[in-house]
Formats: sequence, structure tokens, C-alpha cells
Amino acid sequence: MNTQDATFNSHIKPCPPDPFGPEVNPFDDVNFSELEKSLRRPRTLVDLLLSNLVSVMTVLALIPLFSVVLMLLWHGGQKLSLDVFTQLPPAPMEEGGGFGNAILGTLIMVVPAALISIPLGILSAVYLAQASLESPLAGAVRFGAKILTGFPSILAGVFAYGVLVLTLGGYSAIAGGVALSILMLPTIILTAEDSIRMVPSKMRDAAVGMGATPTQTTWMVLLPTAMPGILTGIMLAIARAAGETAPLLFTALFSNYWLFRGGFDLKQPTASLAVLIYNFAGMPFDNQVDLAWVAALVLVMMVLVTNLIGQAFSRRQIQE
Amino acid sequence: MKAVPAMRQYGFGFLAGTTWDPNTGQFGILPEIWGTLYTSFLALLIGTAFGVAAAIFLSEGFLAQAVFLILKTFRLQFHPMLARLPDRMEGLLKNLIELLAAIPSVVYGLWGLFVIIPLIRPACNWLNMKVGWIPLFGTTLTGPGVLPAVIVLSIMILPTITAISNGALVAVPPKLRMAAYGMGATRWETILAVILPTAFRGIVGAVILAFGRALGETMALAMLVGNANRISVSLFSPANTLAALLANNFPEAAKKDVGVLMYAALVLLAITLLVNIAGSVILQRASAVQEGAK
Repeated sequence: MNTQDATFNSHIKPCPPDPFGPEVNPFDDVNFSELEKSLRRPRTLVDLLLSNLVSVMTVLALIPLFSVVLMLLWHGGQKLSLDVFTQLPPAPMEEGGGFGNAILGTLIMVVPAALISIPLGILSAVYLAQASLESPLAGAVRFGAKILTGFPSILAGVFAYGVLVLTLGGYSAIAGGVALSILMLPTIILTAEDSIRMVPSKMRDAAVGMGATPTQTTWMVLLPTAMPGILTGIMLAIARAAGETAPLLFTALFSNYWLFRGGFDLKQPTASLAVLIYNFAGMPFDNQVDLAWVAALVLVMMVLVTNLIGQAFSRRQIQE
Repeated sequence: MKAVPAMRQYGFGFLAGTTWDPNTGQFGILPEIWGTLYTSFLALLIGTAFGVAAAIFLSEGFLAQAVFLILKTFRLQFHPMLARLPDRMEGLLKNLIELLAAIPSVVYGLWGLFVIIPLIRPACNWLNMKVGWIPLFGTTLTGPGVLPAVIVLSIMILPTITAISNGALVAVPPKLRMAAYGMGATRWETILAVILPTAFRGIVGAVILAFGRALGETMALAMLVGNANRISVSLFSPANTLAALLANNFPEAAKKDVGVLMYAALVLLAITLLVNIAGSVILQRASAVQEGAK
């Protein structure tokens, strides 16, 4: 049996394990220490250094934000009291005082600015969103709005000065409001157009399919659905306008008195928080400088709260 | 506008004149043009470096990785409550940088006046004493000057640069990134050789738009730059910019001087419009190119 087996198998050569050559370890030629991540290799070192550099620079970029907020709380928080909101700005060398008229003046100028820019902005956004992307007129308007966002705010003031102050014959809250509305307009147009475009086309088609006219579609479907985004834009624009100083310097000027002296009159020079900060920061009196810090604290709080409300709106739209 | 009579009267000499004197009726805005361009350019150097760094930090997942590492050291990296923390932190950081833009410029001016200037004055005067022969450090910093203005200006344009270049970096097709990693490139080889070149146009557009912002920025500069009518390369000497000139002179301008100021405003308008249009066009082309790459 055994011999038979041996003779039967004798003509078969023993098969080598690898038919194409001797057995090799594919990793023989590889130097494993070269593959390890080692700081002695320049590319790893550069990688690590640049990563840390970028991290440090980002942290440095955020330091001013915290520094500004801390300084505002530190300098402004000490003098913050109820008086500040109710009293008039002090004369030089005088103690105490507040800037109630400036807070009121800021609000009063933002309202006409909003009344001008919100309807205009939303209407032109509706037009831009309905027009086709290739339409040359819509393209020109959109480009103009984009350019206007980078428009120096002081030039809006120069414009309002030339158009309103010189013709009406004096500095007024209206001129300030118009200057601010020029600055608010592009922000409102661009954000509103974006959010109207983001309304799902299904909803538009459904409305048209139900037999709605274009006006009904816009009023009852597009605008309500896009409302959170539009409100975000409005809030951002208001926050920006409230903090603007340059256009108010020579349109609304400043005033040390309440606006209501002898009746409600928008054609008088009007105080605003931002101009008050600018005026008082340059004064050599401690009381005024302290008040400037308090006013800055109040202004930043107003602006940040408006901003945060706007961001809350935008979050709601994303979730829908 | 109202600039026409003044333009007729002063012509191009207005752009080259160096005196500003309402009493004698001599007006020239060369120092202001120089100051505007000089401060904006320096602010742009600083703002671009930090802004692009922050954009890379945000878009390449450095923060998420750092947060993950911290969680890992506490063995919390798979904790269900903290699973989304890295992403959340990234959103938070983005919002924080945008808040930098929300602070009104007059508040930055106040901050620069009472925080930055006292902070940097000793260092500046030491530099002037030691290496005063370098023109950059040629004078002492007595109060307002170019350097504090530049610092504050660069902080103010940083959010613009970061937001737009972050958009450009995120829009780089993921395919490119994957391909680079697949070839064995390290993270920074990928960033420097693949991602930044692809996003380059977007970043350039961002920088140009930020330049436009810097040129037109008024209040912080009016408070910090010193309003001195002179041309100087020194970082520590006071100077003036077009926007600050307008802010300071308009409220008290006599009727006959308004035309001159309108002329100056027209010059500022021309410069900023040019820069802004260039930036917008470049950005539009950049997004068109990326639409094509997808």
C-alpha cells in the first residue's frame, strides 16, 4: 500500500509555496522607523508648528472682544445707575448727570430709519427673488446692494447732509434717520432676498396650483415662510444703525436737552448715544469720560441683544 | 453734487496739496489720502494674517480636534451629552468672531483711546529709543497715532476677512482634500498646496472687501489717528485720514467750506467704490469658478 502510494506520487514534484518565486516578506524593504511620526522629520515638525501657530493666532484674535467687554463692564459698570437713564448730560466740571436724552434720541432716529428701509428693502427683495437670476436689472440692483454694504458710513452722512440738512436749513433727527436708513437698506435687501429664495419651490408651486395670484402667493406664502430670515436681517440692520456714529455727526448733530421741549419736534438737533461717546471721550473731564464708558456699555448691550435676537430668528428658520 | 464749485476752483491741485487751512482758504488732501491708504494697508497686513489663520482654524476642524482631545483626557469622548460639543464649539467661535463686527466703531475708539494707547506706549517709546533710525519707529508715541489706529482697524476688519475666507475654504470640494490625504500629504501640506490655492480667489476677494471697509472706517480713526496734517512713515506719529477729516470738519464747516469737504468726500467715494467693485467682481468670479469645479 505504502510503496504503491510512493510510486504513484513519485512523478509529482513538491510544489513551492509561491509559484512565482521564493517566499518574500513584502515588508522587508520598508524601514518602519521612517513611517513613524517623529518630530525629527521636518514635515511633521512644520505640521505641528503651523497647527499651534494658527491656534494661537485665533485665540489672539478673540482677545480684543473679551478685552472690550471686560473694560466696558469694569469702567462702565461702576457708574451705572438709574440716574444715567433719566438725567441730562452734565456741563463741564459738573458732577453726576446722565444721558437719558441720548438713549431716547437713538431710538427715535432708528425708528424713521427702519420705517424707510424695511418696506423698501423687503419690496426690492421680493422683486429680486422673483426675477430670474439672469435678469440684468435684478443683477444690477443686487450688485449695487452688495457695494452699498461696504459703503463708508460717513458718506451716507455726507449724502443726507447735502440733501436734507442744507435744504431743510438745519440739523435734525429726520436727516439722521435718513442717513441711517441708507446704511440699513442693503443688509435688509440681501438677507431678505436670500430667505425668500430659500422658501421651498414646492410651496410656491402649491400656492400657484391652488389658483393663487402672484400677489397672494407672495403675501400669504412666501413672506410668512421667509419671515424669520427677514427679521434676522432687520435686527442686524438695526443693530448696525444704532451703533453708527459717523453719519450722525453732522446730520443729527447733538443736543444737551430733551427732544420734547415745547412739543415733539423731529426737526431739531438730536442727541444719540454714539455721538455722546465720541464727544465725551475727547473731553479732559473725568466725569465725562466715565459717562462715555457707561454710554458705551449701554450701547453695546443694546446692540448685542439686538444681534442675539436676530440670531435666534435665523436659528428658527434653519430648523424649519 | 455740491463738490462741483470746489472742484472747479481747486482742480487737481487739491489732490496734491498738503495744507488745510480754512482761514487762508488753502486746501489740499494729499496727507489725508496718504494716511488713509497707509493705515488701511498696514491694518490689512495684520488683519489678513489673523483673519485667514482664524478661517483655517475654523474650517479645517482644528477646534473640534482640540475639544475632542480635551474630552479624551477625561475619557468623556463618547459621552452622549458631549458628543456634539466639538461642532457646537465651532459654531460658537464663529459667532464670537462675528460679534467682533457687531461692536460699534465708536466703542472701539473709546477702547483704543483708554486701553490700547497706554498699553503700547512704553513699548513704542522703547523701540524709538533703541532703533529710532528705522523710519518706521522714527518718532515717539505721545498719544493718538498711526499704530493704535492700525491695531484697532485690523480688529475691525478681521471678521470680514474671516467670514468670507471661511466660506471660500469650506466651499473647496471635499474630493480635493480626500485626494491629498490619500496621497499621504500631511494636514498642512494639504492646506498649503491644495486648499489655499483653490480658495485663493475667494480669500483675495475677502481681503479687498476688507480693504474697502478699512478705507471708509471713520469713528475709530477719528479718535485714534491724531488728526495731524502731515505725511510720515513713522508708526508712532499722528496722521489723518479722509474719513476722519470729514468727521472732524463737517460739524463746524462754514457754508463756503462745505464744497471743499464735498470734494474730499467725492475722492473717498471714488476710492472705496473702486476697491469694493473690484472685490465683489473677484468674489463673483471665484464662486463661479468653484461652481464649475464641482
